[in-house]
Amino acid sequence: MRRGDVSHPYLLHEAEIVTRVQEAPDIFTLRLRFSAAARQRDYTFQPGQFNMVYLYGVGEVAISIVSDPEDDLLYDHTIRAVGRVTRGMAALRAGDYVGIRGPYGRGWPLPQAEGRDVLIVTGGLGCAPVVSVIHYILKRRERYGRLIIMQGVKHANDLLWRERYAEWARQPNVEVIIAADQGAPLWPWRIGRVTDLFDQVPFDSERTSAMMCGPEVMMRVAVQQLLARGMNEADIHLSMERNMHCAVGHCGHCQYGGKFVCKDGPVFAYPQVKELFGVRGF
Amino acid sequence: MPKPKNKQTDPPRYPLRYLARASLPALLDSLRAAGYRCIGPQLKEGAVVYAELDTVEQLPRGVHDQQSPGEYRTQASEDERYFAWANGPQAIKPWLFAPRESLWQVARDEHGRLRFRETSPQVTPLAVIGARACDLAALRLQDQHFLHGAHPDPYYQARRESLFIVAVQCSHTAATCFCASTGDGPRAERDFDLALSELNAGYVVETGSQRGASVLAALPLAAATAAQRDAARQQSERAARLQTRALPGRNLRDVLFANLEHPRWDEVAARCLSCGNCTSVCPTCFCHAESEQPALDGAHSEHVREWDSCFTQGHSYIHGLTIRAETRTRYRQWLTHKLGSWHEQYGRSGCVGCGRCMTWCPVGIDITEEASAICGEGT
Ligand code: SF4
Ligand code: FES
Repeated sequence: MRRGDVSHPYLLHEAEIVTRVQEAPDIFTLRLRFSAAARQRDYTFQPGQFNMVYLYGVGEVAISIVSDPEDDLLYDHTIRAVGRVTRGMAALRAGDYVGIRGPYGRGWPLPQAEGRDVLIVTGGLGCAPVVSVIHYILKRRERYGRLIIMQGVKHANDLLWRERYAEWARQPNVEVIIAADQGAPLWPWRIGRVTDLFDQVPFDSERTSAMMCGPEVMMRVAVQQLLARGMNEADIHLSMERNMHCAVGHCGHCQYGGKFVCKDGPVFAYPQVKELFGVRGF
Repeated sequence: MPKPKNKQTDPPRYPLRYLARASLPALLDSLRAAGYRCIGPQLKEGAVVYAELDTVEQLPRGVHDQQSPGEYRTQASEDERYFAWANGPQAIKPWLFAPRESLWQVARDEHGRLRFRETSPQVTPLAVIGARACDLAALRLQDQHFLHGAHPDPYYQARRESLFIVAVQCSHTAATCFCASTGDGPRAERDFDLALSELNAGYVVETGSQRGASVLAALPLAAATAAQRDAARQQSERAARLQTRALPGRNLRDVLFANLEHPRWDEVAARCLSCGNCTSVCPTCFCHAESEQPALDGAHSEHVREWDSCFTQGHSYIHGLTIRAETRTRYRQWLTHKLGSWHEQYGRSGCVGCGRCMTWCPVGIDITEEASAICGEGT
């Protein structure tokens, strides 16, 4: 009755850091490959899902997968050094090894959004879960309608990947709206809160799906704005973050009311979470 | 006292038997012969706790317990009975969901390569003697949590599969018990291998499984007489009747979540010490934290899990932010989860009415009282 690796829900698998990219002073991307070729070959995920990433001797963290699901050779994690584990990970270099288990959770409803317009709302510093959506859609441009990307940052200097946004904005049928609470010299985008800018991007509420991640206060305002403009609750999807230890619905840390963010989320349709959304303490 | 409804049920698959008290050691022998390590209640440092049981002499003969919010006392008596008490701080949970457990180990070589190895649980088949109806209800919930999802927990599973349960029907309910109101007791109706009703001179024995029947095969049993069966049943009915506490309803989910800003949360938070005693004695709480124990040689590390509680600071920590920084939101998490969200997660309340959380609460917070204050009596 001994179960092998496959069904042991907590056991990690070694992966090698093939490339490391410093994105900002405290943000870096690790491009990874499982050491076992068969595991790499069989590994599949959906945008919006996450892996548990393990740093030797320190512990694990849940990190969203930002690369394209059809890239068979490598998968990417963009990590912000904010906690004990992620600060330790910042010191990793190409050729180092980490442990990986996953993918976990539910990703974005990208198949259901085919043929529709997609509105991305995100705040904070380079929100990884929606970056995967943007890449996914740009790579499959013909399957989706308009792509509207709304990004808010506190300070103009916080905007990561400036070139990338400019590049996205040049793609057909893509609109990029970036707002910083505080600007800076030569800031080409807007000043103010991103959630104040919905009037400037009229969207067809019947054919638009919204996908958002970032600070919950921002998402709360964004949801209100979208609903006020006639969007259906069920067309709004958001990626939630909570403390995670096990990622498989056992440890209880990620509970959000009756939901386990690790297995029922991290991406939720708004009606699934609206009862508690914005109530402090859950 | 209303007569219990005469429900049309299937005839019992196994007839009721009777075991004289003097023959109880034979039950332990038979369990051991079947390969089980026996675990049973014993009086230790003033409380009935479950520990390895070598002989029936270790059972808490004549011990009664007196429980009230914030208080637990045992009393000796001349009573010959071994199970004349309600419950102690723990029963089955720690034997399946270990308070601390190693999950895996990793070795790192000089090139930084990592080799992960699962820690295999050391499993000796256990026979737990003395489990109560509330303990079995809690066991079903823990089974749902750890086994019935997409990722069964291999440690819990290995122990669960080899667990043998000798339930003992409650004859002495404590003042803190309210299992009748949650529908979980005081009689255990299922999920045991054997169930004993303790009478003055022996036990009416119910058989719940084929395994149970084979353990009985070698014992000097008689058919239970009508008088013995009646005595056993009346004892359970009396236990139910003596319960005075109750939750204000079986499903408080909606009313709790409609009252998240009720002033009572502040009031209870002023008394609550946020110590987590309630969650650690709760037979259904499943929260645990994982942590890393690196060896000093720099070449090995071990990943362990330990029971955690929503009353700790770390439980809701997420990069730089604690979602539940104050006692009010922690107590609210505990109560809304236990009596509310559990319905969404597992189709019923997470409370089995054992009353441990109020007995072992250092300031005597009574879950039935708090729930009634927040939900109203007549829900
Ligand atoms: S969240 Fe609290 S009440 Fe719920 S299982 Fe965890 S410790 Fe128990
Ligand atoms: S991360 Fe452990 S239950 Fe969700």
